[in-house]
Amino acid sequence: MNVFRILRVSLRALSRNKMRTFLTCLGIIIGVAAVIAMVSIGSGARAAVESQFASMGTNLMFVSGNWRMMGGARTQSGQFNRLTVDDAKAIAELPSVEAISPSVTTRAQLIYGNKNWNTMVQGVGEDYPLVRKWDIAAGSFFDESMVRGGAKVCVIGADIQKNLFEEGEDPVGKTIRVSRVPFLVLGVFKSKGESGGFGSRDDFVCVPYTTALNRLSHDDHINSIDVSAVSAEKTKDAQAEITDLLRVRHRIPEDGTDDFVVRNMAEIAEGAAEATGILTVLLGSIASISLLVGGIGIMNIMLVSVTERIREIGIRMSIGARQRDILLQFLAEAIVLSLLGGILGIVLGIGVSKLLKYITVFSSITTLVSWSSVLLAFAFSGSVGIFFGFYPARKASRLDPIEALRYE
Amino acid sequence: MDNNIIRLENLTKTYHVGETEVRALRGVSNIIPTGDFVAIMGASGSGKSTLMNIIGCLDKPTSGRYFLDEEDISTLSRDALAGIRNKKIGFVFQAFNLLPRTSALENVELPLIYANVSHKERLARARASLEAVGLKGRESHKTNQLSGGEQQRVAIARALLNNPRLILADEPTGNLDSKTSDEIMNVFERLNHEDGISIVMVTHEPDIGARARRRIHMKDGLIVRED
Repeated sequence: MNVFRILRVSLRALSRNKMRTFLTCLGIIIGVAAVIAMVSIGSGARAAVESQFASMGTNLMFVSGNWRMMGGARTQSGQFNRLTVDDAKAIAELPSVEAISPSVTTRAQLIYGNKNWNTMVQGVGEDYPLVRKWDIAAGSFFDESMVRGGAKVCVIGADIQKNLFEEGEDPVGKTIRVSRVPFLVLGVFKSKGESGGFGSRDDFVCVPYTTALNRLSHDDHINSIDVSAVSAEKTKDAQAEITDLLRVRHRIPEDGTDDFVVRNMAEIAEGAAEATGILTVLLGSIASISLLVGGIGIMNIMLVSVTERIREIGIRMSIGARQRDILLQFLAEAIVLSLLGGILGIVLGIGVSKLLKYITVFSSITTLVSWSSVLLAFAFSGSVGIFFGFYPARKASRLDPIEALRYE
Repeated sequence: MDNNIIRLENLTKTYHVGETEVRALRGVSNIIPTGDFVAIMGASGSGKSTLMNIIGCLDKPTSGRYFLDEEDISTLSRDALAGIRNKKIGFVFQAFNLLPRTSALENVELPLIYANVSHKERLARARASLEAVGLKGRESHKTNQLSGGEQQRVAIARALLNNPRLILADEPTGNLDSKTSDEIMNVFERLNHEDGISIVMVTHEPDIGARARRRIHMKDGLIVRED
């Protein structure tokens, strides 16, 4: 028997009981759809994270304080740090470094008119837009003289504009209060949108770090320093130069531990991508379990079907079907069932992934249907058919023709 | 080439049912010439069904030799026997044994599916075969829409499809009324007389057996009488 004849015979048998065929397929349909939808959520998260990091620039580095020994106990890393503005200025002079921006972070209440908003206030340097690759949508950023003079000026994120100002109102030139101190709004950042499930990236205000230290945080140490290397390839060199410089400046002995950490964006991006990759694998494997259950459903129905059709098997054997013919017939039925379920499941899975964003609860989830997951789900459902169809098919082919013919 | 379609040499068949040994056949020898029409008769338990299964290549004898068309088939494999059933033997059963919820035409073409015949030729030959048993116009009827007599004709059409040398009929009229039985026997007689197909039929009804050319009577696994 050639393939088409086997297929024709099994399709005919399946079409004799359409309801059962559909219900058997349903297990595979749900399994395949779940795999595709879940993997698409995972890939979507990964793509969002990747694009977020790409938009920050790959030559970006962060210098922050490390843990320190305090009488034998380690402090929380970054909490007790000795990074100073002078450290930042020294780093700016290094050959592989393009620009720096010291960073002082605090939270504050903003007030404008009758509206108020709690947000993150970042004290930064004048090169912040360059270091962070973040453009200004309206107005301008503060310059070096304003930073030196500790001017009370700020540049607001897109979310702040939305929350403090009326629609259509131009924030540039207005005065807002940050922790009761009046600040002049110089400009508005371009929107960068969601950060892959970690909240909006536009919800913050930038002020000169000098102003932040004097008026908002009342401290003389900065939290961290954002550094951009002259190119992505020079990041490693810059990292080494910064480490050497800071060890000398902080007078750390040869065998002492760094009291600072230099991390580059590529490393952070890798870590995040790994985390979302694990998420994808996790979601995918949970969904595969339902595919496995669907496969067991097929085996169950095929076993019932063989028992129900013992007489048919006897008839087929009596008129010349060989063991192989019977085996292939029942195996083909199982494979047709699972592939049919696979195709419908792919359609359903893609549909669910595309429609997910229209459901309010899931609207923040980005999905990405990858062809590899579609192919994988299809191949998996096919192998489920072969694997779970083989036992019932073999059972059918080993029946004794005489007993099968007499079976009532 | 000999003219014997069937030659049986001292066939025995022993079944084991639990601890007990059932000797269904205890040394059966016979020769059935090509073109013969033989009725195997006997009470239930006489071994006639066992003999029929062996002649039909559905079962193998415990000992002895069986030549079908001068080919020793007592030693063939399961799949080889399937091939013989497909090419040389047509079966007609008491319970018709048609596929349920399947059209007459699809039932009839079934043997050709296993003989690797093209779809077009299968349909043509199945139609011709149905016409030969007087069922023209009933091709697309499902088996459960046909009467008993019609179902048995479909079964005969299926048996005839591969132009077999031998038709084996196991109580072919057992489920039919006497008028329909008579019609079915007419079909068998015509096939035997006009087409020269050898027929071996198992029956316990004397008037049906009387329509055959020769009768073999069995009792306790042995042939006791021929007439």
